[in-house]
Amino acid sequence: MGKLTGALMFVVAIGSVLLFIGQPLLFGSRLWWFPEGISQHAAAIDAQFLRTLVVVGISFTAAQFALGYAVIRFGRKGSERAVYTHGSNKLEVTWTMITAAVFVILAILGQRVWANLHLNAAPPDSTHIEVVAQQFQWNFHYAGPDGAFGRTESKFIDDSALNFIGLDPNDSNGKDDAQTTSMVIPKDRPVELTLKSKDVIHSFFVPALRFKQDTVPGLAIKVHFTATKEGKYEIPCAELCGNLHHNMRSTLVVIPADEYDRLVSMPAEKFKEQLGELMARYQF
Amino acid sequence: MADVVHPIHGEVHRHPAPTSFIRKYIFSTDHKVIGTQYWFLALFSVFVGMGLSLLMRLQLGWPGQEWGFLKTLFPTAAENGTISGEFYLSLLTMHGTVMVFFVLTTAPQGGFGNYFLPIQIGAADMAFPVLNMMSFWITFMALVVLMSAFFADSIAHFLNDYFFDVAAAGNVIGPIGGWTGYAPLSALGERAGPGQGMGVILWVTSIALFCIASLLGALNFITTMLNMRAKGMSLMRLPLTCWAWFTTAVLALLSFPVLLAAGILLILDHTADTSFFIPGGEYVNGKLVTEHAGGSPIMWQHLFWFFGHPEVYIAILPGMGLTSHILSTFARKPVFGYRAMVYAIFAIGLLGFFVWGHHMFISGMSPYSAIAFSLVTLTIGVPSAIKTFNWLGTLWGGQIRFTTPMLFAIGFVSLFVSGGITGLFLGQTSIDIPLHDTYFVVGHFHLIMGVAAIFGMFAGTYFWFPKMFGKMMNEGLGKLHFLLTFIGVNAIFIPMHIMGMAGQTRRYASHWNPATGEGLHYLSNMVPLTRFVSIAAFVTIAAQLIFLVNLVWSWIKGKKATENPWEATSLEWTIPSPPPHDNFAGIEPEVHRGPYEYSVPGASKDFLMQTDAEGPVIEHGH
Repeated sequence: MGKLTGALMFVVAIGSVLLFIGQPLLFGSRLWWFPEGISQHAAAIDAQFLRTLVVVGISFTAAQFALGYAVIRFGRKGSERAVYTHGSNKLEVTWTMITAAVFVILAILGQRVWANLHLNAAPPDSTHIEVVAQQFQWNFHYAGPDGAFGRTESKFIDDSALNFIGLDPNDSNGKDDAQTTSMVIPKDRPVELTLKSKDVIHSFFVPALRFKQDTVPGLAIKVHFTATKEGKYEIPCAELCGNLHHNMRSTLVVIPADEYDRLVSMPAEKFKEQLGELMARYQF
Repeated sequence: MADVVHPIHGEVHRHPAPTSFIRKYIFSTDHKVIGTQYWFLALFSVFVGMGLSLLMRLQLGWPGQEWGFLKTLFPTAAENGTISGEFYLSLLTMHGTVMVFFVLTTAPQGGFGNYFLPIQIGAADMAFPVLNMMSFWITFMALVVLMSAFFADSIAHFLNDYFFDVAAAGNVIGPIGGWTGYAPLSALGERAGPGQGMGVILWVTSIALFCIASLLGALNFITTMLNMRAKGMSLMRLPLTCWAWFTTAVLALLSFPVLLAAGILLILDHTADTSFFIPGGEYVNGKLVTEHAGGSPIMWQHLFWFFGHPEVYIAILPGMGLTSHILSTFARKPVFGYRAMVYAIFAIGLLGFFVWGHHMFISGMSPYSAIAFSLVTLTIGVPSAIKTFNWLGTLWGGQIRFTTPMLFAIGFVSLFVSGGITGLFLGQTSIDIPLHDTYFVVGHFHLIMGVAAIFGMFAGTYFWFPKMFGKMMNEGLGKLHFLLTFIGVNAIFIPMHIMGMAGQTRRYASHWNPATGEGLHYLSNMVPLTRFVSIAAFVTIAAQLIFLVNLVWSWIKGKKATENPWEATSLEWTIPSPPPHDNFAGIEPEVHRGPYEYSVPGASKDFLMQTDAEGPVIEHGH
């Protein structure tokens, strides 16, 4: 039983290693992994993930193998007595220091990307878009040709009249604003989002962007990132928001910046029409 | 067998055992009966929770598939034989709540802790036996209320159809907010969709009752361990199980009141139109909300996780104590680094109160506090690693006896490593951005606080069953149960990490339907992995029937257990199996040595019991 149990630990270790880094070996290619990163910070997150994967992979494999080995090696032999020891302070101090050092270094390294994303303000040339979540729908608010957002307030919200974001009809800044349910952003230019929610907590998640942020009713959360690859991507809701949570998703297209500039200078109706065409142009 | 010497320390006052059935088995104040009651409650709950996950895995593996039997069983919730979105979420919410509260918090602490803490310290009962009885019965009421939450809607329909008009609702079966019940979804009532009305109110009420019960239990544990130790049972002679139960009780004492307060505020938001968690200007489901303003949704998360993170350690610490205890017993070797183990338990308990924010990196709280929480979170890995090293050190050079409890304890170490180490990814702010709320998290916490803790419970059951019921469990069935379960849980939860990396979101009733092409395109290649996990889950759940059969069979027909079948050293093995009403027959035991004196050089046998006055005393410095 000892040999079998020890062997199981080896199997767990080898199986996990194969699943995480041996997929090309198993299937000829990597079937299951992160989607290709399409943002400036994606590479940094992926690098930190890999760095952590190395530390975790080594510790995990070493621990499972040590456990498996101990279980096989130290099975009962007749009436022999076990080694009588209550431990070793030297060993305790050594492994505590080593683990502490590795973990703390990892933790500090992990903050760099975070700091760039969340502690620094968006660059001044950023494109601004407001995101308004509601039960089972994403709404996007574009400022229109004048570049100024119209005022929004919940008392003006009227879902049945398609004023999902509560645009104030009396505010002249809002006359040319566009409300859409799919999203377009420029490539290679920083985008600043203001994330809001009308009802409950949702979460704006684009796996390819390596980006996720909750939208919280009562808060306007500002975030920024830069997309670096043209294409069409999905925006699932990542925070449980009600019975149809799994159906809450939208589509993001990333297009060249000059084309984006032409697009947003169009009147709202034309903008939406063009957006529809863009959705058809790209494939997932 | 051990020659047990009961040193006569002096007669103590004896309470006669109760004779009526009700006082003996139902409203008993005997910690052993109460411990057994908790254990049965958890056993019932774990099978309920597993049944719920069976339905969820069926839906996740084959979304959109129409199953005839589901239509028959759930004519409203699975109208076409497919589990509806709200039914799925209700299964998920109940699964989480039942498992976290009524299994993970109940069996290791209320069950084994209640039964064995007093015996292991040499006491006749808990410090407050009546309070102990109340703790159990309040927990029982909490479970009844939770189960009624599941059927709230059916009850409402029934009353509606046959008696009088109550708030009509959709076809949901219970609360659907997940075990975390994030506000304002959980605070807005029926207008936020099906399942948010009576279901949520009953769900919070159940949790509030559970908090009260745990609080009373915690007071009892702490008092008992500090005040009722037998002569000679100094703190550093306590079995590590006792230290784990004690620290768990301290965590419960400090964290459950916070959840209790949060729960009461949530009930008030629901029923009294207060606005603790609901901000102004809400527009829900086509209507402006005018009666609420000024609340904070994030405040719920702070309160919830201030409880929720210590809760993770409440679930796992007893398992850690038990694993140390069992590894030493069956490796026939003293625990490696006893003091380091005690300090590591304290460190985990203490640090556990300063890491709740790592559940909230992307919640919208200050990004600066996220960094602080991240750093503390990674430091909590240090005492966890110390425990692992010491477990390996305990096995190293041992003479391992591969009994079923030992196999589950070894399995615990393996799962603790697998589940704990992925915390290094999630604890980092940046890596958490893509992984938060994905299956990576689901895999992580199921391995560590789910199945590792459950392996602790299995180990405890196989280890103490002979003492509790006076019968040995079947070893062959036990080993088969271990093998299938260990392989099964790894097959279920390790692939989930890969799914999470691919961006597979949590709490989705359906990700990608290959038949209709509906859902998230980027997850279309996850179908085979998802199905594999579902099949692994079915096999693993089926394997639990072996455990059930073993339990029933052993209870009826098992070999009679002797006083000390494992040749172990702690005090519970000095008294008959099962123990008499007052444990030590009115004679306070006297303790002469530490709890893990195995293979002592010069001793006549390979273990010295804590009560053994004779035999070599080896002074070991630390």
